[in-house]
Amino acid sequence: MTEPRRVQLPAPDDFEGWRDAARGLVKAGVLPEAVVWQVPGGVLDLFGEDLPTPPAPSFAVPRAFVDMARSAICHSDPERFALLYAMLWKLRSNRHAMEDRADPLLDRLQRLAKEVRRDAHKMHAFVRFREVEGQGGSRFVAFFEPDHHIVRNEAGFFVRRFANMRWSILTPELSIHWDGKTLSEGPGATRADAPAGDPLEAVWKTYYANIFNPARLKVGAMLKEMPKKYWRNMPETSLVQPLIAGARSRELEMIDRSMAKQGLENALGAERRLEPGSNVRATWEALLTEARGCTRCDLYKCGTQTVFGEGALDAAILFVGEQPGDQEDLAGRPFVGPAGQLFDAALEKAGIDRSTTYVTNAVKHFKFVQRGKKRIHSKPDAGEIEACRWWQESERALIKPAVTVALGATAARSLTGKTLTISRAREAPVTLRDGSECWITVHPSFLLRIPEEERRREERALFVRDLERIKARAAELAT
Amino acid sequence: MAQLGVQEKLAILADAAKYDASCASSGTSKRDSRGGKGVGSSEGMGICHAYAPDGRCISLLKILLTNSCIFDCAYCINRKSSNVRRARFTAQEVVQLTLSFYKRNYIEGLFLSSGIIRSSNYTMEQIVEVARSLREDHDFRGYIHLKTIPDADPELVRRAGLHADRVSINVELPTNDGLKQLAPEKSVGQIEEAMLDMKASIADAGDAAKRFKSAPSFAPAGQSTQMIVGADTASDADIVNRSSQLYDRFGLRRVYYSAFSPIPDASAVLPLQRPPLMREHRLYQSDWLMRFYGFRPTEVAETADASGMLPLDIDPKLAWALKFRDRFPVDVNRAPKEQLLRVPGLGTKAVDRILSSRRWRKLRLDDIARLTLSVTKMRPFISTADWSPTLLTDRADLRALVAPKRQQLELFAA
Repeated sequence: MTEPRRVQLPAPDDFEGWRDAARGLVKAGVLPEAVVWQVPGGVLDLFGEDLPTPPAPSFAVPRAFVDMARSAICHSDPERFALLYAMLWKLRSNRHAMEDRADPLLDRLQRLAKEVRRDAHKMHAFVRFREVEGQGGSRFVAFFEPDHHIVRNEAGFFVRRFANMRWSILTPELSIHWDGKTLSEGPGATRADAPAGDPLEAVWKTYYANIFNPARLKVGAMLKEMPKKYWRNMPETSLVQPLIAGARSRELEMIDRSMAKQGLENALGAERRLEPGSNVRATWEALLTEARGCTRCDLYKCGTQTVFGEGALDAAILFVGEQPGDQEDLAGRPFVGPAGQLFDAALEKAGIDRSTTYVTNAVKHFKFVQRGKKRIHSKPDAGEIEACRWWQESERALIKPAVTVALGATAARSLTGKTLTISRAREAPVTLRDGSECWITVHPSFLLRIPEEERRREERALFVRDLERIKARAAELAT
Repeated sequence: MAQLGVQEKLAILADAAKYDASCASSGTSKRDSRGGKGVGSSEGMGICHAYAPDGRCISLLKILLTNSCIFDCAYCINRKSSNVRRARFTAQEVVQLTLSFYKRNYIEGLFLSSGIIRSSNYTMEQIVEVARSLREDHDFRGYIHLKTIPDADPELVRRAGLHADRVSINVELPTNDGLKQLAPEKSVGQIEEAMLDMKASIADAGDAAKRFKSAPSFAPAGQSTQMIVGADTASDADIVNRSSQLYDRFGLRRVYYSAFSPIPDASAVLPLQRPPLMREHRLYQSDWLMRFYGFRPTEVAETADASGMLPLDIDPKLAWALKFRDRFPVDVNRAPKEQLLRVPGLGTKAVDRILSSRRWRKLRLDDIARLTLSVTKMRPFISTADWSPTLLTDRADLRALVAPKRQQLELFAA
């Protein structure tokens, strides 16, 4: 076997360099599998011999290939050069290979090109300049973190748009500067090299908060187009969580205001139900404030925020779930995602008004593993449950519910300290350390995951039966 | 009244503008700021600079010049009898705000609308002044969308078109009766006349541009309109018919639908409920079917039920396919483009890829999977070199097989 030929390209986005090398290799008849492509910063291949490519005459390739290659070359995938070279070979034997969109190699390259174009488009959209005063007037500086090697290619967009401004875009790989006449390049930078703020950002955030319509909350649609990885460098995104958290209540507020201030009356009624002169609400609020800064375990590092319990502070029934999910983490409220909706429906079926109960979780932070754009739920471990038990016990000590309900094994473990089998434990109450009564049933998300329709129906009927039993028991204890 | 600061005014006047659905910044002439003295460029494709938690794109600074209004349209938060706080920007404040947002790359441009104060002409003059100052005093080359007022002087409307990329007039409601009842001061005749004038001006400018290189451009991104869905009793069939008429008669670029959402201090004649977002979505889908998939309005209407409403649980294209099973399966290796476009799950881009690929290979199910997002839902409706649905297409329970799974929530409704 002959030694593979090694081609060293000067930069990770160097289309011209790749093209010249590829011309030479094609001319010399070097097969795609016999070339190793390298760029600075990539993994070094110790084998193979460096190939100085002699200039070779150009030959015609379809325009569509050049367009695709110019984009795909900027991708962070280390195989891009080899894939493009393989495609070039294919084109040498079939001039029309670009038209065969079902070909797996072409499909892969088109996907790479598409991802680069998307990254570039997001750069056009999400770069945020901050104005700084300096010698010779003001200058606009942005820090941006692209996924691919697109910055050099996209400089033109910003030159065309802001030709008469002086600006810099700093990125981890390189920086570009425009002084009104010429474009120059500098080394990579960090966020600390960019200005820390701009007074106009407050005005922009005012706009962002007010153009949002709380009656049409669609968090998924927002995240699809503005993934969280871009949020760090965009000032307005710090408003997203409070806006989501307040949305339903703002919408209800609008409806309520036109309905003879009904909402306010309900709230006052709930306040009056509490013992007159008691300190329950103030204590609960203090607890909430404390919990928001909780660092008792490591989970606070990845989740968006602490999701504390909520509900009536004179509740007879207190539900303990497992941990907040993706949507709860964003909204900052327990049981608002798919499992929460199912839970609401089951409560309604069992004749329990959720607003008279208190709902919380055994673990107050969202634990997940990132898979692509999705954050996949991951079970809290014994240490995390133990660290968070303190909050759950404080909530129960304050509210003193007649019945505590453990939804699922994690909650049961947090409340009883034991690992229980739900199917056996759900038939009778257990007595907690403080002497109060605790019922154990399944977690609503379990009901979401049963694939067989028959069994799903049975299980949800059982869940409703449990809730009805709990309701009756709470009423019994209250009298 | 105490003087409000710019930021306070922005809060009020952005809040008042959010019920206009359009935020498009695409489809205008290509240009950039090189050789000029200002900022701004447009390269054909619109750019969404941020997304709000309502999932809508923020591309333009969308504000009203003022939310004071002499009209009393029941669905509008800014109507005369509403209790909202009022504010008013000066033209220069809007100009400065637009420029400073643009320079920080927050926006593509400005979408300016206004409540009507004093008279239609006075208001229109103020709107035009903002656009004029941006273009002439500051050489702004970003995007400008102006909402024009139906009964303003045609000369003012013409000047709006000279500065703006897009102009729009809202038809507001899908039926005449609805408009009469909810917007007593507006008239269908007047709105349509203004849209016809606009169509003529846009066409004239287009002709002139073909002959003279220096001809002034006039609203190069065309005109659009918006109607509110769910505030009156119009059915989906009514709405679809009305929009197809609007596209035909006035050469509109877009008809926007805005699901009526509860507004602060709403009028008593309106339904107080969550906005019908799914209905709005289905209407947009049928709009797409008419504009890009060769569906006639009557064909879209055929998918509606007896009361004229589109199904909410499945999209109109799937509904049409389920109703006209005899047109399927479509052979992806032979069928003409028009037939491929009818297959549920096949978008315009996927159809182009199929047409291009099938000249070079006999397409199999695997190939289709690579060319599209998902092939599962499509299987009953296509045949490939290695797949034929045979009995599947005619099964009585096909709808249940291809409809999206119901949400678990509804299990308890049974």
